[in-house]
Amino acid sequence: MKDTTRDTKALERELEEELHSTGYGTYILVWLGLIGLTAITVTVAGLNLGSFALIAALIIATVKSALVVNYFMHIKFDTPIFKIFVTICIIVVLTIFIITFFDYLYREPLI
Amino acid sequence: MANGILATDPNRVSFYEYEGKHKGILSWLLSTDHKRIGLLYLISLLAFFAVGVTLGFLMRLEMISPGPTIMAPNTYNSVFTLHGVIMVFLFILPGLPAIFGNFFLPIQIGARDVAFPRINLLSWYLYLIGGVLAIVSLFTGGGIMDTGWTFYVPYSIRTTSNISLSVFAAFVLGFSSILTAVNFITTAHRMRAPGMTFFRMPLFVWALYSTAWIQLLATPILGITLLLIIAERMLGVGIFDPNLGGDPILYQHMFWIYSHPAVYIMAIPAFGVVSEIIPTFSKKNIFGYTPVAISSLAIAFVGYLVWGHHMFSSGISDISRLIFSLLTFLVAIPTGVKVFNWVATMYKGSITVKTPMLFVLFFIVIFSIGGLTGLVLGAINTDIHVTDTYFVVGHFHYVMFGSMGILLFAGLHYWFPKMFGRMYHEKMAQVSAWIFFVGFNLLYFPMFIMGYLGMPRRYYDYLPEFTTYHVIATVGSWIMITGMIIMFANLIRSLYTGAKATENPWGGTTLEWKIPSPPPLENFREIPVITEGPYEHHFNKEENT
Repeated sequence: MKDTTRDTKALERELEEELHSTGYGTYILVWLGLIGLTAITVTVAGLNLGSFALIAALIIATVKSALVVNYFMHIKFDTPIFKIFVTICIIVVLTIFIITFFDYLYREPLI
Repeated sequence: MANGILATDPNRVSFYEYEGKHKGILSWLLSTDHKRIGLLYLISLLAFFAVGVTLGFLMRLEMISPGPTIMAPNTYNSVFTLHGVIMVFLFILPGLPAIFGNFFLPIQIGARDVAFPRINLLSWYLYLIGGVLAIVSLFTGGGIMDTGWTFYVPYSIRTTSNISLSVFAAFVLGFSSILTAVNFITTAHRMRAPGMTFFRMPLFVWALYSTAWIQLLATPILGITLLLIIAERMLGVGIFDPNLGGDPILYQHMFWIYSHPAVYIMAIPAFGVVSEIIPTFSKKNIFGYTPVAISSLAIAFVGYLVWGHHMFSSGISDISRLIFSLLTFLVAIPTGVKVFNWVATMYKGSITVKTPMLFVLFFIVIFSIGGLTGLVLGAINTDIHVTDTYFVVGHFHYVMFGSMGILLFAGLHYWFPKMFGRMYHEKMAQVSAWIFFVGFNLLYFPMFIMGYLGMPRRYYDYLPEFTTYHVIATVGSWIMITGMIIMFANLIRSLYTGAKATENPWGGTTLEWKIPSPPPLENFREIPVITEGPYEHHFNKEENT
């Protein structure tokens, strides 16, 4: 049990050091980036791009999520195991989306 | 350790005798010891199981003859819904990980507790709160839910029964499940004893680890879906309601994206129990350790992608049905790997058919029937014939009760000496197991025949031609319940009068059999160093004579 406590503390210290190396400047830049992307989403929604609007919105949302996950959730600075865990989750979500769309894209219209 | 100040040496006294900061009932309710939490789960789960069995018994009694027998049609709707909700959400889903996972996962990997003991206790409280909310929902609002355990829209949006609270109860239970999963994954990654590599972990741990991943990844989807039902009911947001432009089939997708993997949340730990019991009672190393371990992960992964087979007749696209049918058949591969490896383990083994092994043999027979009838449902053409009939009811009872239920009994008999430090009456246990087995098949097998002949599920009444099958099933339920009563009476009696159990009564090789029965508070005086696989039998050594 003692060993584990020591392990955890060491890990926390390592993480803290890595966090400090990021600095507030980066966080503010990421925040500004997120606001900018939100502005683009709103603008694109008003452009009447048809079916491309959805694709554009999804791409922008993906970029925003990547920023949040990497910087605010610190995954960029974490050990590989956490990166693997997050990747597994993303793959699962994507797979669910793709399989569900095999229904929605090919469904016969109701008469 | 668990409760702060130690009144006695945690290495010498069992976890029952240990006196911490709290005394009496509080020493249980506030304990963060994984073994005590496992037992808290055992008691709560069995209490809900008893309620579920009683409701099932009443349903079968109602169906003994056509027309009204003991209850009104609306009561019947509520009874089958309650039976389903209690059995699925409060019994089989938390089931084996909550009881045996909590108790044995840390011991089997050579740890003193799970990674987050306090979160572990919190998850039990969430489980209990979810259970209480479900009970409260019965007596408040519009009354007992009547949608079936699947809460299908649009009925669940429109019914006046108290759906919102029952659904919220399931949401809270989901959190309990997620916390347990986080705990188990972290424990498996960070708390293994020196030398305990991933491929030296007992197969029960592999099963728990794979299950925890499904719990972690699938449960949030159920949470969102259930909250959306509440949002539909209260705010009319129109995601599922066709009147508002919503899509009711989307609900079915989202519900089954969780609830099909949930089948594997129930089944994979049960497979893990089999992989523990067979090597012990065959006195042989498991045949094909790595394929069995990997097949748990494979079932978890492929099982995640097959939810659409619950929706073959719901109006999903043809291509989608084809893909889901194909994926469904693929699950049979890793499952087959397990079954053949178990049988191969027994081949030329020195088999002793004690009660746990007897239950495992019953499981192989019953689960094979459940699995093969699953293929009938997995193939689109045959599925459409038997959709929403008793065939489905027979199938999922063979699969769910036949795996998780029977293997809970197997695990209870296998680990009883370790958990409670007492032996049970072997002969009595075997007799009860046989009675249970006969009753089980009499109860559920006629359902396949009735279903094939066209008896719809969830119907209160039926045509006279089905009477014989219903009578056989009802009598079967009486026999099965008799078997379970004898079994639990024997176990409860043995708690007080059973002979003292030795450290290793079955000749098991995993770590729990190398510590006293019942285990001391911190499991191991010194954390063991692991030098070999989990199922190496050494016949010349004293421990196995």
